Amino acid sequence: MAKKIFPYLLLVPTFIIIAIFIYYPAFQTFKLSFYRMSPFGNRLFFVGFQNFWSLFTSGQYIQSALTTLIFVTVTVIGGLIISLLLALLLNERVPGIGIFRTLIFAPYAISPAVAGTLWAFLLSPVAGYVSYLFLILFKAQPQWLTTYPLALIAIMIATIWKNLGFNVIFFLAGLQSIPQSYYEAATIDGANSVHRLLRITIPLLSPITFYLIVMNVTFTAFSAFATIDVMTQGGPANTTSTLIYKLYQDGFVNFNTGFASAESVVLILIMAIFTYLYFKFGQKAVFYQ
Amino acid sequence: MKKNKMIRTILIEALLIFVTIIILLPLFLAVTMSLKKPSEVFVYPPTIFPNSFYIQNYINAFNSINLGRLMLNSLIMSVVIMIGKTIFGILSGYAFSNFRFKGSSLLFALLFVTLFMPAELIMIVPLFQIMQSLHWVNTYWALTVPFLASATTTFLMRQHFMTIPKELEDAAKIDGAGPMRFLLEILIPLSKSTIGGVAVINFVYAWNLYLWPLVVTNSNEMATAQIGLKMLTNVESTSNWGVIMAGTLMVLAPTLILFFAVQKLFVRGIVTTGLKE
Repeated sequence: MAKKIFPYLLLVPTFIIIAIFIYYPAFQTFKLSFYRMSPFGNRLFFVGFQNFWSLFTSGQYIQSALTTLIFVTVTVIGGLIISLLLALLLNERVPGIGIFRTLIFAPYAISPAVAGTLWAFLLSPVAGYVSYLFLILFKAQPQWLTTYPLALIAIMIATIWKNLGFNVIFFLAGLQSIPQSYYEAATIDGANSVHRLLRITIPLLSPITFYLIVMNVTFTAFSAFATIDVMTQGGPANTTSTLIYKLYQDGFVNFNTGFASAESVVLILIMAIFTYLYFKFGQKAVFYQ
Repeated sequence: MKKNKMIRTILIEALLIFVTIIILLPLFLAVTMSLKKPSEVFVYPPTIFPNSFYIQNYINAFNSINLGRLMLNSLIMSVVIMIGKTIFGILSGYAFSNFRFKGSSLLFALLFVTLFMPAELIMIVPLFQIMQSLHWVNTYWALTVPFLASATTTFLMRQHFMTIPKELEDAAKIDGAGPMRFLLEILIPLSKSTIGGVAVINFVYAWNLYLWPLVVTNSNEMATAQIGLKMLTNVESTSNWGVIMAGTLMVLAPTLILFFAVQKLFVRGIVTTGLKE
């Protein structure tokens, strides 16, 4: 008997935590999205789909959805291309490569908030070196953090930089799992280095790339909150306010609980679709490549 | 042919040095800025190397926002989360890897669906309300307990335990060792480096949390180091970048030092989080 319940006992701590801090809030989110809270927060009124209606007709919400889409797309694609190029370089067998790898992996340890203050400094008008570089090169000194669309670009730069370490580690692991004999065979058949890259390396990296896309989309959409909060606080004129930033503002600055819950429901549904696609198409490829 | 190869190596070395400098330049410039006197911060055009070695910026960063306390809070939060996540992950991973029991695939699926459900981000409003009803707002409970278990760590440990030969378990059974003894005396010692890798990654994850501590703490006594960066930018209203960079570097130091100290474990942990070994 004791033997039978043993595996369940092992699962108890994990499931208690998950039930209270994930399932229950998920249930509450769906429930609250159909209610409106009284001004003092002590009573709930059922309002049906009204929160969702005001959500989808809100210009600000649509704008923040578009901002998120642009921000995530550019950051993920740009970041992955740069990371792949870096990984190809770090895959070369030259003296001291271990040191270069360690140094280039390092941004992994950097938090989104730290990335935010570092780039806010580099892009600042007087003390910032990037601003100064722009003045020398282009005779222009843009106000990075307070003009559209530069503020969004600034956050993209900080996020791409912060994600480099993680992405390069994975791409490099992927490159090293490709058998050297494939390249030798291709070389004998007369393939040049561009051919080898396009016909061998990139196709064989596709499972890792898929995994990295999924991870990067989640990081970029959510963890960039800290970078945004430190660099622009959603400004100028909400042009760097992503869905998660807007959720925070509606929930904890404007105290519009029903509206914020409707926003949460949308995010939960997006993540559910994401999870489904990940396990349908990605999991096998990634775990058993 | 040999000469070509040498030229290629030199070109690659040069390229590597160049990109490494570019990537680490923000950190380097932060260090030099953190040593500049207030009078040097806004010298135009900006100089790279400071004229002084102005350590006072670090002291000012500590004093202006109570950074010592914030870093202590971050440390407590990260250590507790690291230990909790790792231990609970080992236990639940072990359940899924070594036992057949009724409902195991249902429970597994229930855990699976939480993999991409960061409640502290996308369900933050009701999660905050739970903290209010538990009277946990502005306490260490709120900073740690919701993060003590995760699907990621469970899957990773399960994945790893499945690579350990079944024969060991059979042998242990014959010797009369119960399942708990097998876990503690055989499985865990055999998995040291995976567990180490997972633990460091969970530490960094916790140290770098931002939105949740921002919402759930409301005093200088309970906030965390990452929130300190926002405070520092607000307090230093004249944007004394020397002080802000000093604070930034101190908030970054623990994870960066940890990264360099246990880099092998780290990379192993990161890669095994997503890949079969």
